[in-house]
Amino acid sequence: MGRDAPAPDAPLALVGREKQRRVVLSVDLAARKLGLRPGIPVAKALALYPDLALMDADPEGDRLGLERLALWFQHRIAPIVAADPPDGVVLDTTGSDHLHGGEPAMLSSMVHRLAEAGFRAKAAVADSWGAAHALARYGRGSVSVVRPGETQAILADLPIKALRLSPSIVAELATLGVAHIGTLATMPRAPLALRFGGQIAHRLDQAFGYTDEVITPIRSVSPVEVSRNFAEPIAAAETIARYIEKLASPLCQGLEERGQGVRHLDLILHRVDSHKATIRVATAVPVRNAKRLTRLLCEKIETIDPGFGIERMVLLASRAEPMERRQIVSSLIAEEEHDISDLIDTLTNRVGAQALYRFAPVESDLPERSFCRVPPLSPDETRGWPEHWPRPPRLLGRPEPVQAMAELPDQPPLFFIWRGIRHRVKCADGPERVFGEWWKNDAELTISRDYFRVENTHGERFWLYRAGDGEHGETGSQGWFLHGIFG
Amino acid sequence: MTMRPEPKPAIETLRTAISRLEGQSDRQHAVLPFGVREIDSRLPNGGLALGALHEVTGGGNDALHCAAAGQFCAGIVARTRGKVLWILTRQTVFAPALKQAGLAAQRIIYVEAASDTDVLACFEEGLRHGGLGAVVAEVSRLPMTASRRLQLAAETSGSLGLAIRRWRRSTDTADFWQPTASVTRWRVSVLPSTPLPVPGVGRSRWFLELLRARSGECAVFEVEACDDKGRLALSSTLANRSNQETIGKRRTSA
Repeated sequence: MGRDAPAPDAPLALVGREKQRRVVLSVDLAARKLGLRPGIPVAKALALYPDLALMDADPEGDRLGLERLALWFQHRIAPIVAADPPDGVVLDTTGSDHLHGGEPAMLSSMVHRLAEAGFRAKAAVADSWGAAHALARYGRGSVSVVRPGETQAILADLPIKALRLSPSIVAELATLGVAHIGTLATMPRAPLALRFGGQIAHRLDQAFGYTDEVITPIRSVSPVEVSRNFAEPIAAAETIARYIEKLASPLCQGLEERGQGVRHLDLILHRVDSHKATIRVATAVPVRNAKRLTRLLCEKIETIDPGFGIERMVLLASRAEPMERRQIVSSLIAEEEHDISDLIDTLTNRVGAQALYRFAPVESDLPERSFCRVPPLSPDETRGWPEHWPRPPRLLGRPEPVQAMAELPDQPPLFFIWRGIRHRVKCADGPERVFGEWWKNDAELTISRDYFRVENTHGERFWLYRAGDGEHGETGSQGWFLHGIFG
Repeated sequence: MTMRPEPKPAIETLRTAISRLEGQSDRQHAVLPFGVREIDSRLPNGGLALGALHEVTGGGNDALHCAAAGQFCAGIVARTRGKVLWILTRQTVFAPALKQAGLAAQRIIYVEAASDTDVLACFEEGLRHGGLGAVVAEVSRLPMTASRRLQLAAETSGSLGLAIRRWRRSTDTADFWQPTASVTRWRVSVLPSTPLPVPGVGRSRWFLELLRARSGECAVFEVEACDDKGRLALSSTLANRSNQETIGKRRTSA
């Protein structure tokens, strides 16, 4: 959230819509201490605690965040990990706890890691997903470990909410006076099934580990990567170029299997002194052509320092995008447009992406605002500029003040002095009045400019304007400026 | 203005023999005519050679701004097909004006290079590619070696290369007289516009000098600036072959 984030100790509530009401969906610890609970209407919460910070709930963002967290666990703890929305992550740690110093140590390191990142978390290990889920949410300590065979005894004290039952069943069980899992587990199952359906028995069995529950692990999409180790370190530019070529074709094969093309390509060179040199190239459109990628990389070989030699080369498609096949235009129907994306890539990697652009029209009367820069391969604009007035082929970066003499209010100047040279005006066109964009900026409300196209006695043509309308002082300084040069 | 002499069969045979020796193919004979008979008749093969490097500069103060020279190039480029690469170090091009010379903004890709060396490198890259309608580069120094490289690149790919020679100081413009490998050299100077019967500025007019043409002769023309299709027109006074003295006088007084 960056700078907009509320202070960490301020009471915060996430707000969402429940049918027609705006209600508090969840609260943080500070708000909970004030006595706020999820489910109360926003108006009531604000009436009780005017200082409460409110933010809109973002379930989709939360889900994505959980998935990223799950990926992080997958890298650090165990291979089988899944997000357990709305607020948890489930891991199958079988066989991996000893790598982290046993189960309690593993759990506390996980909780500490998250605490460092600013999250308060609770963790539990149990025989079944159901039991771990219940303990992590309703257990006492921030870390709890259930030894095999103790599940039933420990779960008995937990509230029935911990069983992942639907809220209506929980509410009905509460009216019956059933508060704890222990009570529920000892009740005869047949009457429960008759009244509530099979859910209670199913969830109890899952929690006690009588039935299996499968964790569907998330899969991280790893980028296409090819590498090569060298028995003898290499350093010569030609050798590097040769191996780039050798790496590029398997990379393109890998991309082809996925139907992708590369947008960002990284070449990482591991040097013998354990430094790394990298070359990154970017392409304007997805590319899967080994020759073209090789060429882009080879142009940058001179920028790297091989040091004592390179012992490992890794070529990594760090950003790949789907590459669609498209039909080539038949020469019978239309003239073939040449594909220049390879040239664009070469030039971009030479001069930088900022230095390559096209101009696109912007709807503005002010000349300096009437165009913007767009990427070179962006789709063609259909709009254009109005063409009733001639425009100068060269526009000065900023208008240069000139000394001029003109009849007021709307005559072109008789002469003007620009860069120390006096130009006598022979003929002129104008004025073309341009108003400030008052809808963008209050200060431009009264501003106007009068543009004139003037020609001096030598035939040189200029684009001059007067800041202001020549009558009213609030429209501008009434000074003259040179803004463009005509051919 | 002298008329082109009658074609002599012996010389024509020699010319074909020479071009065969030079290894030129038919594609390199492709030209882009100006559509003005007087100009085209003075150029070899009747037009501006495609697959070649051409140099353009502005006369007088226009050597610094290149407004007329730029618009002259825009008019040429507007009559080609495909995308155009416009390489420069100082961005002063005002796109709506190029549109008025017939060159749509979506056709031009600008490359803002840091130095003249970068401009020449990008220029060569663009010419070598071959898929562009034309490559325009605003460059001040154009050494012989660089121009030869550019000319070779243009010949190989058949692209049209236009080098706009543009300097920062008027004292540097003497550099233009250094020899280069370009096929033609042009200088565009502004002339007073066509007088109108009412107050106002008429259609721009240029004094167009063909300073060098490989296997051709030098020539000067007075033309009216590009229209919205990028076409030049011969100055009406000249086209009607009248009032020659006035033109001469106006030039000397300018």
